[in-house]
Amino acid sequence: MEFQPEHYRLLLAVLLIPLVAYVLQIFLGRHLPRRGDWLPTGGMFVVMCLTVYMFTTFISSEGGFFHESAAEGGPVFGWLYQSAEKLPGLNVVAGLLYDPLGAAMLAVVGIVSFFVHLFSVGYMSSDHRYHIFFANICLFTFAMLGLVLSDNLLFVFIFWELMGLMSYLLIGHFSQDPNSPRIKQAAAACKKAFMTTRVGDTCLLFGMAIFYYHFETFRFTEMWALAQEAVAANGGEYPAWMTLGGLFLFGGTVGKSAQFPLHIWLPDAMEGPTPVSAMIHAATMVAAGVFLLGRIFPLLSPEVLGVVVAIGSITALFAATIGCTVNDIKGVLAYSTISQLGFMVAAIGTGGLGLVAGLFHMVTHAFFKACLFLSAGSVIHGCHHEQDMRKMGGLRKKMPLTFLAMFICTLAIAGMPLFSGFYSKDRIIQSAIESTMTQFRGANAFAILALPLAAALTAFYMFRLIFMTFFGEPRDEHVHEHAHESPWPMTVSLLVLATFGLFVGKFWLIDGDFLGHHTWFTERVTAASMYPGIDLMKMNQIAVSEHTGHVAHSFAMGISLTVAAFGIFMAWWIYHKKRLNPERITSTLGEVYVTVENKYYIDEAVNGSVIKGSLFLARAQKWIDENIIDGFVLLNGRVHKALGFIGYWIDRTIVDGLVNATGAIAVAFGSVLRLFQTGRVQQYVSLAVAGGLLAAAFLILI
Amino acid sequence: MGLDAYLAVSVALFALGVICIVTRRNIIYVLMGIEMILNAANINFVAFNRFNGDGLEGRMFAIFVIILAAAEAAVALAIVLNVFHLFKSIKPSDIDLLRE
Repeated sequence: MEFQPEHYRLLLAVLLIPLVAYVLQIFLGRHLPRRGDWLPTGGMFVVMCLTVYMFTTFISSEGGFFHESAAEGGPVFGWLYQSAEKLPGLNVVAGLLYDPLGAAMLAVVGIVSFFVHLFSVGYMSSDHRYHIFFANICLFTFAMLGLVLSDNLLFVFIFWELMGLMSYLLIGHFSQDPNSPRIKQAAAACKKAFMTTRVGDTCLLFGMAIFYYHFETFRFTEMWALAQEAVAANGGEYPAWMTLGGLFLFGGTVGKSAQFPLHIWLPDAMEGPTPVSAMIHAATMVAAGVFLLGRIFPLLSPEVLGVVVAIGSITALFAATIGCTVNDIKGVLAYSTISQLGFMVAAIGTGGLGLVAGLFHMVTHAFFKACLFLSAGSVIHGCHHEQDMRKMGGLRKKMPLTFLAMFICTLAIAGMPLFSGFYSKDRIIQSAIESTMTQFRGANAFAILALPLAAALTAFYMFRLIFMTFFGEPRDEHVHEHAHESPWPMTVSLLVLATFGLFVGKFWLIDGDFLGHHTWFTERVTAASMYPGIDLMKMNQIAVSEHTGHVAHSFAMGISLTVAAFGIFMAWWIYHKKRLNPERITSTLGEVYVTVENKYYIDEAVNGSVIKGSLFLARAQKWIDENIIDGFVLLNGRVHKALGFIGYWIDRTIVDGLVNATGAIAVAFGSVLRLFQTGRVQQYVSLAVAGGLLAAAFLILI
Repeated sequence: MGLDAYLAVSVALFALGVICIVTRRNIIYVLMGIEMILNAANINFVAFNRFNGDGLEGRMFAIFVIILAAAEAAVALAIVLNVFHLFKSIKPSDIDLLRE
C-alpha cells in the first residue's frame, strides 16, 4: 500500500487522543468506573495501533520524508505568528515532521507507552491517587509524541519542558501519598530531577537562541539547509559560533539524557512508581535527549561531536562500574540506563554511521529497558515492595513469566546475538572503530576502549542481577514465601515487550541473517533519508559512508561477542557458582571499590560544590540583603523620619505658633477689654464722659 | 449779661446731671440726671436762639425736647418698674445684665 498524504492526518489523531484522554481523566477520572484507568489505556491502545499501522505503511513505501507545515498547505498552528511584512523574524509555525526516524520513534513511544499503561493497571491498583497517576502518565506520553512529531526546535523545547514537568510530577507521585514510607525521598528525588534537568534545559535554550540569532528560524529542515550553507560559506569549516551553539544544544541532551555530570537525577528518579521509571528510562524523557541529537545532528561541528563522544564514553563506562556495586534492583537498572545512554550518545558523536547506530540502540533499548523495568516492578510487586536484591533469590520458580521476560531482555541488553541489543550495540562499536580508522581522533579512540569495557560490565552486572534475584537459594525466607506471580495485565505487558526486545533489532526468522548485516532500521533510517538534501560528508568530514568495510564489522562483532560472553561468564562464576567470593574481591579492590560504591562521590561533589556553593551564594546574598541593602533602605527611612520630625517641629512650633499667637493676641485684647464690660450703665456713662472730655481736650489743645 | 452766662449755667447743669447719673445709687436719680442733661441742652437751645438766631427754631426745639422728655420719663418709669420686678432692686449697680 502506498503511503498517502492522507495518512498524515492520522498524526493529528495520534497527538490529540492522549491530550483529550488526559483532560477527561484529570477532571472526570475520579468519578468514572474503575477510576478511569481504561480511558488513557484505551486511548494509548488506539495510539499504538495508529502509530504501528503508519509505521508499517511508511516503512514499506517509497519516499519517506514528510514535512507538513503551512508552506505546503498543511494545517497551520500559528504560534507567535505574524504576517511576514510586520515581523519577518518572528514567524514560528508549528508543523508535523514525519521522517523515518520520527516514524520509528513514534511507534516505539506508542507501543511502550501502551504496555506501561497496561502494566500500571495491575501495579498501581492499590494506589490512592490512581486516577491522577493515569492522567499524568498519559500527558507524559503526549509530550513525548509531540516532541517526536514537532518540525521545529521551539516546539520540541515546549514539549521537552512539558516532559520535564510531568517527570517531576510522576517521580514525586508518592510524595503526595500520606501512607508512603518514603514521602521525603520522593519529594527530594523529583525536585532533584527537575532542578538537574533544568541546567540542561537552560543550555538548550541558550543554544536555540544562538542558532535563532543567525538562522532566524526554528524549522529543522531550514536549519539543516542553512547550516550547510553556513559551512560552505566558511570554506567547509564550521563557524565558531556554531560550535558554541552546538555545545549548548548538546547541554540539553546531557541534562535530559542523564549524561555525565548531570546524570545524578536518574538514579534518584527510582523513587517514582516503577511504571514511571520504565517510561522515563525507555520511551520518553531520556530518549528525548538522544532523539534531539538525531534532529540537530547536521548543526553539530566536529569539535562538538568530539565532546559528544567523550561525554558519552565516560558516561557509559563510569555508570557501568557503578552498576556492578548497586544492590537495589531498580538501582542496577538505573545505572544500566545511564550507561546505555552513554553508548547512544557516544555513537552519535562518532558520525554518520554511528548516528544511525546510536538511534537504533535508542529504539531497541526502549523495548528491553521498558521490559526490564516492568519486570523489576513485577518482582518488587511480588515481593511486597522489597527492592534489595540481597534479600531475593530463587524467585525463578515463583515468578516464571517474569523471569522469562527479564531473562530475554537481559540477554538483549548484554548483547547476545539474535537479541535486539546485539544488533545495535554491535553497530555502535563498529562505528567507533570505523570512524577511527577513517580519521584518527582522540575521543573516538577512547570510545573504542571504553565502550567494549562498558559492554562487558553491562553483561556482568545484568547477569549479577539475574543470578541474585532468580537463581540460587532464597536468602530471605519471609520474602520468598510471600512472593507470587503478578496479575495478567502485568505479565502480558512483560511478555509482549520481551518479544519486542527479542525481535525489534532484526526479525531474523525471515531471512536467517543472524549477524545482522542488514537490519530494517539501518536500511531505512540513514543519514540521507533523515536529512534529505544535506551532505553530511561534506559538513562533518566524518565517515558517513554506509559500506566502509566488513573489516570493522567483523572486528566489532568479535569484540562485542567476546566481552558479552566474558561478562556473563564472570557473573555466573562469581554469583552462581560462587567460585569467587564477591566480598574478597571488594576487599582486594579496597578504596577503589568504596569509591565506585559511593558513585564516585559525584553526588557529594555536587553537594559540596554546586549546592554548597549556591547555598553560600544565597547566604552571602542574604547577608548583603540584610546588611547593605536593608541598611540603605533603613537609612533612607531614618533620613525621612528625621526630615519628617523636622517638618513636624516646624509645623508644630512655627506654623501652629503663628496661628495660636493670632488667637492669643485676640484673647489678650479681649480679656483686657472685658474689664470694661461690667454691665453697669453708670460706668459706661462715666467712661463715655471721660472719653468725650478727652476728645474735647484734644480738640481744644491741638 | 451775655451768652457766656447762660452757657455757664448750662454746663453746670449738664455736669450736675452727668454726676447724678454716674454716682447715684438709685435708678430714679439716674432718670432725674437724664432730665437735668436734657434741660441743660434746652438752655443751650434757647440761649443760642436768643443771641444768635432771628427765628423761633431754638425755642421750638426746646419745647420739642420737653415733650420728648415727658414721654421718655413715662417709658423710663415703666422700664424701672419692670426692672424692679426682675431684680427686686433699683440700684444701678445690681443691674449688670448688659455684661452678658
